[in-house]
Amino acid sequence: MTTATPTVGAGVQPPAPLTRAARVRKRLNSRTATVVSIVLALLWTVPTFGLFVSSFRPEDQIKTTGWWTFFSDPQFTLKNYQDVLFSSGSSGQLASYFINSLAITIPSVLFPIAFASLAAYALAWINFRGRDWLYIGIFALQIVPLQMALVPLLRFFSTGVSVGGIQLLPAWDLVDEQKFAQVWFAHTCFALPFAVYLLHNFISQLPGDLMEAARVDGATHPKIFRTIVLPLITPALAAIGIFQFLWVWNDLLVALIFAGGGDETAPLTVRLAELAGTRGNEWQRLTAGAFVSIVVPLIVFLSLQRYFVRGLLAGSVKG
Amino acid sequence: MEFDFAAEQPKFLMLMYGLIAFVAVVGGLLLLLDVVPTWFARRREAQLVAASASGAPVPRRRKQREGVFAFFFLLPTLLLLTIGLVVPAIRTTLLSFMDARSTNWVGLDNYGWMFAEDSIFRVLINTLIWVLLVPLVASGFGLIYAVLVDRARFESVAKSLIFLPMAISFVGAAIIWKFVYAYRGDEQDQIGLLNQIVVSLGGEPKQWLLESPLNTFLLIVIMVWIQAGFAMVVLSAAIKAIPADIIEAARLDGTTPWQMFWRITMPSIRPALIVVVVTISIATLKVFDIVRTATNGNYDTNVIATEMYNQAFRYGENGQGSALAVFLFVLVLPLVIYQIRNLRKQREG
Amino acid sequence: MAFARSRQALAIAGVLGLALGATACGTGNDKKSDKAGSAECAAYEKYSGHDGKKVTIYSSIRDVEDERLKQSWKEFEDCTGIKIDHEGSGEFEAQLPVRVDGGNAPDLAFIPQPGLLKRFADAGKLKPASADTKAMAEANYSPDWLKYSTVDGKFYGAPLGSNVKSFVWYSPKMFQEKGWQVPQTWDDLIKLSDQIAASGTKPWCAGIESGDATGWPATDWLEDLMLRTAGPEVYDQWTTHGIPFNDPKVAEALDKVGTILKNEKYVNGGFGGVKSIATTSFQEAGTPITSGKCALHRQASFYANQWPEGTKVAEDGDVFAFYFPGIDPAQKPVLGGGEFVTAFADRPEVQAVQTYLASGEYANSRAKIGDWVSANKKLDINNVPNPVDKLSVGILQDPKTVFRFDGSDLMPAAVGTGTFWKGMVAWINGKDTKTVLNDIEGSWK
Repeated sequence: MTTATPTVGAGVQPPAPLTRAARVRKRLNSRTATVVSIVLALLWTVPTFGLFVSSFRPEDQIKTTGWWTFFSDPQFTLKNYQDVLFSSGSSGQLASYFINSLAITIPSVLFPIAFASLAAYALAWINFRGRDWLYIGIFALQIVPLQMALVPLLRFFSTGVSVGGIQLLPAWDLVDEQKFAQVWFAHTCFALPFAVYLLHNFISQLPGDLMEAARVDGATHPKIFRTIVLPLITPALAAIGIFQFLWVWNDLLVALIFAGGGDETAPLTVRLAELAGTRGNEWQRLTAGAFVSIVVPLIVFLSLQRYFVRGLLAGSVKG
Repeated sequence: MEFDFAAEQPKFLMLMYGLIAFVAVVGGLLLLLDVVPTWFARRREAQLVAASASGAPVPRRRKQREGVFAFFFLLPTLLLLTIGLVVPAIRTTLLSFMDARSTNWVGLDNYGWMFAEDSIFRVLINTLIWVLLVPLVASGFGLIYAVLVDRARFESVAKSLIFLPMAISFVGAAIIWKFVYAYRGDEQDQIGLLNQIVVSLGGEPKQWLLESPLNTFLLIVIMVWIQAGFAMVVLSAAIKAIPADIIEAARLDGTTPWQMFWRITMPSIRPALIVVVVTISIATLKVFDIVRTATNGNYDTNVIATEMYNQAFRYGENGQGSALAVFLFVLVLPLVIYQIRNLRKQREG
Repeated sequence: MAFARSRQALAIAGVLGLALGATACGTGNDKKSDKAGSAECAAYEKYSGHDGKKVTIYSSIRDVEDERLKQSWKEFEDCTGIKIDHEGSGEFEAQLPVRVDGGNAPDLAFIPQPGLLKRFADAGKLKPASADTKAMAEANYSPDWLKYSTVDGKFYGAPLGSNVKSFVWYSPKMFQEKGWQVPQTWDDLIKLSDQIAASGTKPWCAGIESGDATGWPATDWLEDLMLRTAGPEVYDQWTTHGIPFNDPKVAEALDKVGTILKNEKYVNGGFGGVKSIATTSFQEAGTPITSGKCALHRQASFYANQWPEGTKVAEDGDVFAFYFPGIDPAQKPVLGGGEFVTAFADRPEVQAVQTYLASGEYANSRAKIGDWVSANKKLDINNVPNPVDKLSVGILQDPKTVFRFDGSDLMPAAVGTGTFWKGMVAWINGKDTKTVLNDIEGSWK
């Protein structure tokens, strides 16, 4: 489709007389498509929008009337946001949890991407025995529910590894903010199967002649990886980065187990769950809290969106 | 409100150590890999020299060298996977043959329990409904939307709107939809959108989440709502990647949009579609937060992951919880087999 | 210190670098307690000798309650130099087993379910209480309470906070305006309900939605009725599986609950019909009383915290509670709950804290801060500020009270926090008594 997209409603005369009827039909078609897609997009956004409107409504209003009454009877308040952002106490301030979230998320995104791209390259382009089975095995590991991995992993951190009474690896014995390391470790483990699967999809579809040419020139695998593969899959890495970022940022369970619930280490999600939970149905805090936690992922998504689209494009070039 | 930056300093320090560790590990590994081949090359040179001196045949070492590279490229991943997932998976499998406290072997009792108990059987059925519907509907919607919105003027806005739910946690999404499904008695104002619509059309408000089997489908809507954005973005990218000359050629042949879709678009985006369906299927099998937050598995809406969590952690029934987890492993087998076949085809092609 | 820290962090980097060899030292508390030795610290003399030690506590207590908790042992910390690190989690029941199995157990945990306590004790994870703690507990709590934390003859810890569940909330104002009387027997209660229903208001409001604990308020109903129709002895047999869960006596009690909760004429004031009970959160279930849409709400003493801001909770106020009457006015069984201070470590400072939390000093210190009830005999009722808590403490300290612990907390978790909760939800949602009880019985192995 190299021709210009017919601009909707521009009413230009078709340059060629041949398919006037077809053109009209096409414009109608594309207009229907436009309307349908707008309607769908709105439909998709309504639930979130409702929550957004609710987050500015007073507590008793939220609990007794629907959010749409806001438009006939607007009662506006910032109290919900104030509660969520600035209500402090022994449990600390939101900013503190925010920093925790960042400190947890950034390494938890970097490590799996780096390790997975190395592994995916090896599985796709290095010839060794059993590589297909290894790949299938890693793929299948995606199904292991992380809940079942919590206890063994926690034991790995707290008691180390010993076989037959001989301590092979010591316990980590981390305190306070050092526990971030445990969370990074756990998130990295859990992210690897999916990251390897997706990256393998991209890397294995890179043109083989490119690799062959480099090999003939005497380049080693590390060199090919660094100079040829990495630049080509940068968009794909950004794409996986977004997924992993969204997952880690929104995670509650892993952080709760490996970082604990105190304000030295717990991420935003722990704090928000707490805000909403203790006194029960605090809808008004939930609504504001949800939006506070959405802001950062949204910024990340919007700023990386371009890479994201290109990234997945690169992989499917050679369909 | 004063904010104590000094108190936050150790966290930043820790983050910095994390980043340093990252650079050290990844950089170190690549450096190591640059050194190893050089060393091998030197040795081979020496061998060559020695061989030419003695007149013996030159040993072939290329294969082994590949193996060494593969080993180092895979080392971090394999180590982490072994500790974080393989050991737990083996442990879970073993526990599924043991009793609640994991002290005695009980054979297949836990599996017998799984199929004998009516409520658990229901859980298995529900999971099947989920895993059949969600990938299909979410991918289908994503595909249709990607085609519809392709090259439209407002494309990036529209895509962002559909993708928005991805940025919300599963718990957050479930809460948003609980809002939509909320119920108030008919003499009161409705606070849930769905009931408001029903009421304004002259109907009676309903307790949506209580009505089985409708409620399972309503929960599935939540998952589709989240995953459709993922499908749409990936497939949209794939559609854009179809080479322009193919499309132009087809158009000159007078292909209708319908034929274009089935003959050109679909075959071209097949790999992307597979990735989407597989990824969503696995995410669906493991769905946990949505059900737990929306109904906690009541009213016949329970799924395997939620029940597994309850059995293993809340009820202290390690054996039964593990058996449910193993059943999840089994459910993913068709996908694994499909993946193997795909890989074979790829290697042959 | 800075040096030690960076060395430690380097070690972590080493671990991540797959060298896998971390050495770490705890960050010790160098601060000497400056208060030690002063007059107000005299009471803490017996807990001294652990200056600079740290004790971790894990519980389900969060937010405002968490702050009150920390305030209540502040003086103890200042005087003894023991630092108490409390962490509350809404996921306590599920997280505690994970932490314990993962080798990351807290020093102390406040366990609200004797069933869970028994599970840890049987698995050998809990440390029996020290002789000091035991002596303190025996001096301050009745044997009725201590038996719940005694497993196979070993005592594992004293109760901390308690609550009374056999309460019906009502509006004294409304009752006075309409000329209604607080009922003294079950029959009176039903008569009153009919009277209110005839006046056009639905008498009862109820709600059992409570996140992943949905259903528990309904189990309290059944337990309260079991105590009243079958008596405390049968109740004990029921909670220990001495009689099956689908025994006719249980069915009788549940049907009795049904005369209120499944009666469309009686429920669900302010929310809708019977089924709306299942989706109404327990926190907001009683609030229609303040707007006159319902008159009666059966819920525990801690419901005092759930009323909208500005509601006066007192005998002459907007809302108050009366004792959920028995069938026979001569008998006054009381259903209640509480949490037990159990130890996963037996270091001396842990035992000191455990002993202190069982003491009368602690109970009075915590009670003064408000919103707290305990069965501690040394608790001076004058230290309890709010009227409902006073009423509760009065009932708990009354020697004639026949107290029974919440049954669902005594049963194995798979039943007590699983099929029992879910069964009651299904029962509200239309399943018949017999099927529900058979299902629950089937799950009890």
